[in-house]
Amino acid sequence: MAKKECITQLSTTGATSTLRNRKTFPTSVKVPRAPPKDRSGPPAAHLPEGDPRSVDGASARPPAGGDASKGPSGLLMLVVVLSFSTRLYKITEPPHVCWDETHFGKMGSYYINRTFFFDVHPPLGKMLIGLAGYVTGYDGTFPFMKPGDKYEHHDYWGMRGFCAVLGSFLPIFAYLIVRELSQSHTAALITATLLIFDTGCITISQYILLDPILLFFIMAAVLSMVKFDQQRYRPFSWYWWLWLLLTGASLAGALGVKFVGLFVILLVGLHTVWDLWELLGDLSLSLVDIAKHFLARVAGLILLPLFLYVTTFAIHFAVLNKSGPGDGFFSSAFQSRLVGNNLYNASMPEYLAYGSTITVKNLRIAGGYLHSHWHLYPEGVGARQQQVTAYLHKDYNNLWLVQRKDDNDSRSGTPDLVRHGDVIRLEHKETTRNLHGHLHAAPLTKKHFQVTGYGVNGTGDTNDLWQVEVCGGQKGDPVKVLRSKVRFLHRATGCVLYSSGKTLPKWGWEQVEVTCSPYLKETPSSQWNIEDHINPKLPNISLSVLKPHFLEILLESHIVMIRGNSGLKPKDNEMNSKPWHWPINYQGLRFSGVNDTEYRVYLLGNPVVWWVNLAGLGLYPIMVAVASVALQRGFSLGQKRREHAAVLQGKGGLLLLGWLLHYAPFYSMGRVLYYHHYFPAMLFSSMLTGITFDVLLKSTDLLLRPPYSDWLQRLGQVALLLSVLYSFYLFHPLSYGMTGPLAHEPGSAMAGLKWMDSWEF
Amino acid sequence: MLQFPLVVTTQVDLVLVLVSLLALWTRLSHLSYPNAVVFDEVYYGQFVSLYMKRVFFIDESGPPLGHTILALGAYLGGFDGNFVWNRIGAEYPSSLSVWSLRFLPALCGALCVPLVYLLTLELKFSHLSALGASALLLLDNSLIVQSRFMLLESLLIFFVLLAFFSYLRFHNSSHRYCWLLLSGASCAAAVGVKYMGVFSYLLLVGVASLHTWRLIGDRALSVCVQCVCRIVCLLVVPVLLYVFWFYVHLTLLDRSGPHDQLMSPAFQASLEGGLSRITLGQPLEVAYGSQVTLRSSVSQPMPCWLHSHKANYPISHDVAAPMSPHSQEVSGYIDFNVSMAAQNLWRVNIPHREAESESWKTILSEVWLVHVNTSAVLKLSGVSLPDWGFRQLEVVGEKLFKAHSSSLGWTVEEHRYGTSQEQKEREAELHSPTHIDVERKISFWAKFLELQWKMLTVKQEDSEHKYSSSPLEWVTMETNIAYWLHASTNAQIHLIGNPVSWGVAILSLLSYQLLAAIYLVRRRRGFKDIPDSIIVCVGCVCVGGWVVNFVPFLLMEKTLFLYHYLPALCYLHLLSPALLEHVHTHLRATHRRALCVCAWIVLMSVFLSYWTFCPLTYGTPELSANQLQALKWRDSWDILYRCR
Repeated sequence: MAKKECITQLSTTGATSTLRNRKTFPTSVKVPRAPPKDRSGPPAAHLPEGDPRSVDGASARPPAGGDASKGPSGLLMLVVVLSFSTRLYKITEPPHVCWDETHFGKMGSYYINRTFFFDVHPPLGKMLIGLAGYVTGYDGTFPFMKPGDKYEHHDYWGMRGFCAVLGSFLPIFAYLIVRELSQSHTAALITATLLIFDTGCITISQYILLDPILLFFIMAAVLSMVKFDQQRYRPFSWYWWLWLLLTGASLAGALGVKFVGLFVILLVGLHTVWDLWELLGDLSLSLVDIAKHFLARVAGLILLPLFLYVTTFAIHFAVLNKSGPGDGFFSSAFQSRLVGNNLYNASMPEYLAYGSTITVKNLRIAGGYLHSHWHLYPEGVGARQQQVTAYLHKDYNNLWLVQRKDDNDSRSGTPDLVRHGDVIRLEHKETTRNLHGHLHAAPLTKKHFQVTGYGVNGTGDTNDLWQVEVCGGQKGDPVKVLRSKVRFLHRATGCVLYSSGKTLPKWGWEQVEVTCSPYLKETPSSQWNIEDHINPKLPNISLSVLKPHFLEILLESHIVMIRGNSGLKPKDNEMNSKPWHWPINYQGLRFSGVNDTEYRVYLLGNPVVWWVNLAGLGLYPIMVAVASVALQRGFSLGQKRREHAAVLQGKGGLLLLGWLLHYAPFYSMGRVLYYHHYFPAMLFSSMLTGITFDVLLKSTDLLLRPPYSDWLQRLGQVALLLSVLYSFYLFHPLSYGMTGPLAHEPGSAMAGLKWMDSWEF
Repeated sequence: MLQFPLVVTTQVDLVLVLVSLLALWTRLSHLSYPNAVVFDEVYYGQFVSLYMKRVFFIDESGPPLGHTILALGAYLGGFDGNFVWNRIGAEYPSSLSVWSLRFLPALCGALCVPLVYLLTLELKFSHLSALGASALLLLDNSLIVQSRFMLLESLLIFFVLLAFFSYLRFHNSSHRYCWLLLSGASCAAAVGVKYMGVFSYLLLVGVASLHTWRLIGDRALSVCVQCVCRIVCLLVVPVLLYVFWFYVHLTLLDRSGPHDQLMSPAFQASLEGGLSRITLGQPLEVAYGSQVTLRSSVSQPMPCWLHSHKANYPISHDVAAPMSPHSQEVSGYIDFNVSMAAQNLWRVNIPHREAESESWKTILSEVWLVHVNTSAVLKLSGVSLPDWGFRQLEVVGEKLFKAHSSSLGWTVEEHRYGTSQEQKEREAELHSPTHIDVERKISFWAKFLELQWKMLTVKQEDSEHKYSSSPLEWVTMETNIAYWLHASTNAQIHLIGNPVSWGVAILSLLSYQLLAAIYLVRRRRGFKDIPDSIIVCVGCVCVGGWVVNFVPFLLMEKTLFLYHYLPALCYLHLLSPALLEHVHTHLRATHRRALCVCAWIVLMSVFLSYWTFCPLTYGTPELSANQLQALKWRDSWDILYRCR
């Protein structure tokens, strides 16, 4: 009962302060200076004295917050207007393909054309891009060949506009999140200012990329989570459910766009665990109540996202039903689903037989077909015999003949089946050389043996003999086409045919290395399956039964994506972006143009904004440490300080955790990294900066006495605002396009702004 | 003045003494058998040899203290470094004292056992638990095997246990700072032996910070001095000691050797022999007319020098570089009638100079060579040229604003300077290093930082190994490692843990987690009948120790072996008896007896399985093929048979 009273009381005070605030703030650019003084006071002052929770100001106030935050809606409008106008300005410039638009635009087109493709990211982002393009009249015909290609008459603005609109929500969401967390309009405004005028956030929102979509879902998830938190005093109410479900939906969205979404899931997960733990400690709740809470969260935050995520894949597979460039990455069974693929409705002899012509596919992801061609290994690379490689595309050089170990003649009548344990020769159909192994080192994996093509017309030597083993099979088992996992053991040396996954140099046409591995561990790299199987003497059997179950496709496409992701290794002589580069804004990314004649866009954060964030990250731990020690030592602190400490520790901690979760994992990632990977973390960092600087400026009264401290506080806020605005004025060409001379030349628009040597504009 | 009667009262824990003796016996007996190189001795041995010859080396797998300790053992045994460490199983010559090579690791391994006993007491458990913990450690075959050879794990485990023991002793014994100091020193030693020690160190610092935090909350105390002392002992001292290990390392190894090329010229010049022999006595400052060799500052993909030879680019003068088309070609220029003006002026830039007027110094200055006409910088592109370029690395000119400073620098190594105008005389002059010697040794700190940086950044070749395994296989001991096989018989040594005690370990880990979860929820719901401070402490140290020594491996991409799991395992051996005692005290009397019987049965089976695997642990006696087959308890274990 007491709680309810408290709520009503607070909401009325909230409402009155609303009115007051409205009078004081005309909607103008100068607004940010005005709010602080009034804002810090009212809600806290009206807290009931006896409430034990009042020590922890933050947790006592939420019900009030929801209402008080309706306050100066003018501010929110201002944020909305500025955000949209900065993102949508010059949205169609430059009218050519920029950076990764070549991938994601192309993939959007694939959806419109319903062609199957492979990408390392889950499908939702590209589906939305495709949808946006489709709705705005793009017909999917633009090839998106390479960056710099002119769009000409194609309607690309819809896809860009869609991304920009989602990107415009970022400052707005950040504003709302910080306002909910800190109950301070100043903090929220600082955050919004940083994000609105950050050239990096603008640039990354303006193109056909996954990032704006991902960032949108991440921020939406955090906002919903925070809003859900506000409803903690009205569990199971309509709003409570709404925000819970919205959180879940946003999480599904984030994960559906990129796997980076896992980090925000982790953040929400940890927060939820903490929340449940608090509930468990509330002895006024019965275990049944707690179970209800628990089940509601399971439904909202696990089952719903899972359902939505799987649904996006279901749509993905349903829409993309035509054979396309992604086929080779997937297993034979997978390919049999795709219209136009040679395995679609295929029929072939069911068991492998002597005299058959076959293709052999490696089971590692993107392992390719066993392949050979009329080229020799170069001098100095093992024996100078014909190359044997793995090749991802379908080609007549992938065809091999299955021969007996001794005689060549194929007998009349039904051919014999190849069985587990049989010793065979594999003859390359095009060049009539046998698959051959010997004790020379393989070209790249030096611990393995080289595999070559050897002999003429099928006559070779004993090094051409391979023993067929069906994995998990017994002696005498036949080899099922497409379904059996087969290993080929080299008779003479005892090694096993292996695809290392390493790319050969130019002499090997950048195909994949094939070796004979002396390590007999069963890995997909040493397992193969028979994909095509041609034998006129055997009856063809329809293999439509092969079609895999939806869950199998789902699992396989995930493994392909994960392998693909970890396969994106940095190349040795490329300049790689390192995680420590990012917070200091060390180096950006060229979105468009290199030379002084071109229209250049350079993805680089506004240095002032990023360095303010960096300062925030440095200040925050110090301030928290000071506050925590003061609390632990039991110094008598005023009401205001305790509130600040609570905001810093609780809410700031949440944001810091968000930043850490979106940043630290990159240090342990082996894959190639780019500057734009930092943007999710940067959003959290900006929100943290808002809270940190707000508390810092409000603590000026530690230094000076009241009237002066207020002046200092205002001064600090104005200085922050002006420096961000001025730096935006200086650096805006990074986002909105530069032409003419480069920055190191005096005539450039960016002359003198190359503050770090590593910036490339 | 003396007080009479003069009385000494001592208390000797006979159990502790007994346990120590048994530990010494299991670890030290027949230490020089087998008289052959066993497993990774082949790796560490080469460094010990280099130590004996005082030749500089860099081992990117870990800091130098471990090598120093192994070298100390060898030194005491009179090893002269003359042994070729090239093959596992190679016989040691009779002149070499194998015992002394293996003694220090074995001793440390043996001392771990009484240390665990004491540590259990410090965790406030009974002597019986302490006995149990030390018995588990004593009878673990894998720990015995790993201790008995010239390997580093037992040193690491010893220092880590010592650090925790002395910290807890400090915490329990009303703050005697000598214990804290010992703890800090042990931490430094643990980190100095292997980088894995860092994680245990962080755990210890974490526990200490928690205790300090509670101290800060106690308003009755003035805490400033205490906090400062803790910071000094646990943060400052370890860092200083860690640097000290490097100081010892660099002081002892002052001769040039096989790894010179990885280091900067300045570093190399500070070593005796090698580069310093060439550069000894050459003039410091580069002048017009100097004859120099220029070495690129990057050692990737390999160390290299600016080079030209009598062969032309196969194409006529093209402006783009042959392999990196976005950069300019650099060539030696002779007028081939290509109608291009000679563009052969280069400006010397010293980017990291201290004063504007600084001159170009041999070895010490890193210079950029900027092309005057195009302001492109001379750069190693990192790509090798095709056959026509003899597979040498490509050098290009890159626009300054595009380039990154790391690959631009060049350093003068050899430097000759002649003043004579006469061609013949001048050549003679250039070849005779008769100039004034200039002191150009670099400071210890510069050497330390360079060495540390190189150790952390030099890429280890990621190689497959027959006995490598993944961390998840360790927990259930899916794999073993064959350490040694007798040259003619079936006698062999394997790294195989005691299956029973490994099983006990993993069970106690799981049951601790279950118990902790139940306790946490109970406490959260207001049940406070079970005092849980002890069990929390055990959790922090033991489960925490297991986590920090195990989880990092899951994220590592290097080749891993079963022995990497041993430090984590030791924490679990600590945990099992503690958990048992806790359960025992909170059980009803009727159940207690059953528990005791179970514990005894488990202990007996630990001993039996230790006994069973002894032949594979000590390499003697030789077993028949059938007996070996019987020891293959798991299909995935790889036990060797010699075909007769």
